[in-house]
Amino acid sequence: MASLNKLTISQAREGLKNRDFTSVALVEACLTQISSYDKKIKAFITLCADKALELAKKADLEISQASYKKPLLGIPYVCKDNFSTRGIQTTAGSNILKGYIPPFESTVTRKLENAGAILLGKTNMDAFAHGSSTETSDFFKTTNPWDYSRVPGGSSGGSAAAVSADMCIFGIGSETAGSVRGPAAWCGITGLKPTYGRVSRYGVVAMASSTDSPGPLTKTVEDAAIVLGVIAGGDPFDATSSPLAVEDYVAKMESFSLKGLKVGRPASYFDIGMEAGYKKTVEDSLAVFTELGAEVVDIDLMNPKYSIAVYTILQRSEVSSNLARLTGVRYGNARGTFGREAKRRMMLGAYALSAGYYEAYYSKAQRVRTMLIDDLNEAFEKVDLIVGPTMPGIALKLGESEKFSAFGEMMDVLVEQSSIAGITGISVPCGLHQNLPVGLNIMAPMFAEAKLLGAAHEFEKSTKFNLERPILE
Amino acid sequence: MSLTKYKLVLGLEIHLHPKINKKMFCYCSSDIWGKEPNTLTCPVCLGLPGALPVPNREAVEKTQLLGMALKCEINQKSRFDRKHYFYPDLPKGYQISQYKQPLCVGGSLKLDNGFVVELDRIHLEEDVAKSFHVNSQTLIDFNKSGVALIEMVTKPVFTNVTDAVDFCKKVQNIIRFLEIGDVDMEKGQLRLEANVSVRTEEMENANELAPYKVEIKNINSFKFLEKAVNAEFERQVEVFTSGEIPKQENRGFNEATGKTVTQRDKEEAHDYRYFPEPDIPPMEFDDDYLAGITSQLRELPDEAVSRYESMGISLATARTIVNNFGLDTVILFDQALKKGLDPIKSANFLVNKKEIIEAAAKGSEHLYSMLEQLIKGNSDNLDEEKLAGVIDQVLEMNPKAVGDYKKGNTNSISFLVGQVMKETKGGADPMVVRKKIEGKL
Repeated sequence: MASLNKLTISQAREGLKNRDFTSVALVEACLTQISSYDKKIKAFITLCADKALELAKKADLEISQASYKKPLLGIPYVCKDNFSTRGIQTTAGSNILKGYIPPFESTVTRKLENAGAILLGKTNMDAFAHGSSTETSDFFKTTNPWDYSRVPGGSSGGSAAAVSADMCIFGIGSETAGSVRGPAAWCGITGLKPTYGRVSRYGVVAMASSTDSPGPLTKTVEDAAIVLGVIAGGDPFDATSSPLAVEDYVAKMESFSLKGLKVGRPASYFDIGMEAGYKKTVEDSLAVFTELGAEVVDIDLMNPKYSIAVYTILQRSEVSSNLARLTGVRYGNARGTFGREAKRRMMLGAYALSAGYYEAYYSKAQRVRTMLIDDLNEAFEKVDLIVGPTMPGIALKLGESEKFSAFGEMMDVLVEQSSIAGITGISVPCGLHQNLPVGLNIMAPMFAEAKLLGAAHEFEKSTKFNLERPILE
Repeated sequence: MSLTKYKLVLGLEIHLHPKINKKMFCYCSSDIWGKEPNTLTCPVCLGLPGALPVPNREAVEKTQLLGMALKCEINQKSRFDRKHYFYPDLPKGYQISQYKQPLCVGGSLKLDNGFVVELDRIHLEEDVAKSFHVNSQTLIDFNKSGVALIEMVTKPVFTNVTDAVDFCKKVQNIIRFLEIGDVDMEKGQLRLEANVSVRTEEMENANELAPYKVEIKNINSFKFLEKAVNAEFERQVEVFTSGEIPKQENRGFNEATGKTVTQRDKEEAHDYRYFPEPDIPPMEFDDDYLAGITSQLRELPDEAVSRYESMGISLATARTIVNNFGLDTVILFDQALKKGLDPIKSANFLVNKKEIIEAAAKGSEHLYSMLEQLIKGNSDNLDEEKLAGVIDQVLEMNPKAVGDYKKGNTNSISFLVGQVMKETKGGADPMVVRKKIEGKL
C-alpha cells in the first residue's frame, strides 16, 4: 500500500472502515510529510498538529465502537486561511489579521467538522485572496511542489500545494475567479468551483461577495464529489446560499455517461496566444470527449477580455467595501499593515464607486455582467458543457508576476466569465507540458454539479492524468 | 430686517425601531433596553470578518405595512444598498440601508387642520452602536448595532413647526395602532431629524427652496423638536440678516443653552459610495404577498375617530380617546360598546375620569364593570334640571374663578367645567357643561 498520506478520500475511508489503519496513523503520515517538505513548499500558515492528533484518537474510538455515518470521519484535511475557525488564528494571509482568533466557525469548516473531518492546518494564500500566485501573502511565498522555483497559483495556493504534495487527504479553497481552479491546474490536482450559492460563504473572509465560492481541492473527481456533498446546501446564515436540495453527487457521477452530449469548444478561449505545445496538450484532451461518445462542437463566446474588465471593476468595488471593517480598532492590527495589493484594490474600488464615477464604472460593469451571463446561457442552450484550458500557460516562475499590475486577471482570463456568471466549473489534470501539469476547465450551468462531476469523472477514468504526481525532493 | 420676512422650510426624518424579536440582519435579540452593554451581539452585528447579513422578513413586512397606512407606493422590487462612512459606532465601515429602490415611495398624511404632509420615502436599514463619551474615552455598546430601523422621510413641506409636531404625533399613533412598534421616545425607539432652511416670502410664493439645508440630528422629544427648529430658524435668519447664506451642515440641539451647535462632520466630503449590497439578493414581492400585508391593515386612528363621531361622540372627545389614550383604550372601549354601553356617556366618562385609564390598565373586565357602574350610578341623576343645579352650585362655590372669567380670563372656565364634571362623577358632556356655564356667565 502507498504511504497513507497519499491516499484519496475514498481510499482512506475504506481503509479506516476496514481497520487497515487508524486515523491517528493517517494524521501522523500527513504530519510527517508536512515536516519533511513544508520547509520548501511553505503551504501552512498555522499547523494544528496536537489538536489533529487528539481528534484522530477520538475518531478512532468512534470508528471502533459503532457503525458510524459521518462521511469524512477521521480524514485529515487542510483549509485556506480565510475560513473562520473558532479558536484558531485566521489571517486571510494578511498582516492586519495576524493573531486574529475568530470566536465563531465558518459554515464550511463546521460542516466538515460535523462530518468527522480533521483540520490539519490553515494554508497560505494571497492576502485577502487578492492574487493568482500566492506570492502576495503578507507572510511568505508558497512554492509549487512540481518545481520549487515556480508558484503554485493562487489564491488558494497553500491548499493546492498541500494536496499536490500529499500533505493531506484533501483541501478546501475558495474561488472568486480562478482561485480554486487555477492553483489546481498548476499543481496537477482537481479543483471544483461550485455554483455561486451552492456552498455557504458564512465565515469566509469576504473578497468579492457576489462571486466568492468555497470549493474542494482533491486528488480525484470522486473526492471532489464527496466533499461537495458535505459542504453544499442552504444556510440560514447566508442569504445568498441556495435552498435547492443537495444531490447525491457520487451516485449520480457513477451512473453518468457522456454519450450523446454536446461539449462546446469556445474558439475565443483558445485564441489567446497560448504556447503551441501547451495549446496542443489541451486540444488533445478534447479528443477524449469524442472517444467517450460526446460531440465536441465549436461555439462562440464573448472575448474573455471583457470579463476581465467587468470583473476588475466589480471585484475592486466590493473589496473596497468589504475591507472597510478592518480598522484595527476592535480586532486585528493597524491599517498601516495593509499590503500593497490590498491598498491598490481598495483605492481603485473606492474610486469606481465614488459619486460621479458610479455610472461610468460600477453600473456599466453590472450591465456588461448581465451580457456575459446571457452569453453563457445562450451557449448552454446549444451545448451541455463548455471546455477550455484552465490557465493560459504552465505555472510561472516565482517573481514573474510582479511585472504585471493586473497579473491575477491575466492569469484568470479563462475562468472569469464563469465566475462572474456564477456557474460551476472544475479543473482536472489533462496532461503535462514541459513536465508541468496542465488543467482542463470544464464548465456547466448553475447547479449542474452532478453533470459536471460526471463528465470530469469519466474524463479522469479514461485518461488517468490525475495519477501524475510531483516527485518531491 | 424683520423676522417675518423670512419663512421656515422644514422637512423631517423619522427613525423608528419596529417591534420585532430579532435584529435586522442577525438572530440577536432586539430587546436592548436596559441590558448590560455588549451582551446582545454576534459576529454579524459586530462586523467580524466573514459574517453575513440575513434580512429579517418581519421588519420588511412592518415597513411595508406602515407604507400602506401612509398611502405610499410599495415597490414590487426593492433592494438593500451599502452606505459607506467611517465612524466607531459603525462596525463594518458601512451601514446596510436602502438607496435606489426603497421599500416604499411617496405617500401622504392629512393633519387634523387639513394640511397634507407629503412623504418622500420609507426605507429599512440597520441601527448603529451607541457611543458613550466618558472623560476622554469613548466607550461603545454594540447592543443597538444592527437593530432594525425604519426611516421615514418627508418632503420639505412644513412651514411651521406645530404642523411638524402634529405630524410626528399622528405618525407615532398610527405606528402604535398597527403594532409596528412601541415608538417610546425615552427608549430611543423613535428619533427625529429636522432639515431646516429659510427662504423669503417671494421664494415661498414661487415655491422655491433655499440652496442649502441644515440637518439637526438626534432629536429625542417633540418638545426639543419645537425648540430646536425655532432656535435654528432664528439663527439662520440672523445669518441672512448679516448678509450671508447659512452653510449646509449637521447641527445638534444643546438642551442646556437652547441653541443648535455645529457637529463635527462624520466625513469631510459626503460621498457614501452607495452600491447594491451583494450579500443580500434583491427582493421581489408578488401580488399575493402584498395582499397578505394589506390584510394586516387595521382601522387607523383617524378612522376610529370618524367611527366614534358617527356614534354621536364629539370630535374632541373622540380625538382624546383615540389620540391621547391610544390603541389599548380604544380596544377596551369598543368592547364596552359591544356589551351595550351608551357610546356618548361612556366616552365622556373616559375623557373625564383618569381612574378609568388606570382601570383599563388592569384589564378589560375591570374597565367594563367600572364604566357600567358609573353610568348606572349617574344616568338617573343627570337630567337637565339636575345638571343645571350642579352648575349653579359650582358657580356659587367658586366665586374667584367666576370673577376671573368675567375679568376676561377665559381659562378659568376649564376649571369650572372640571368642577362640574367632578360633581356629576363624569356623567355630563363637558362640551355641554362649558356651553351652559358660558350662557350663565
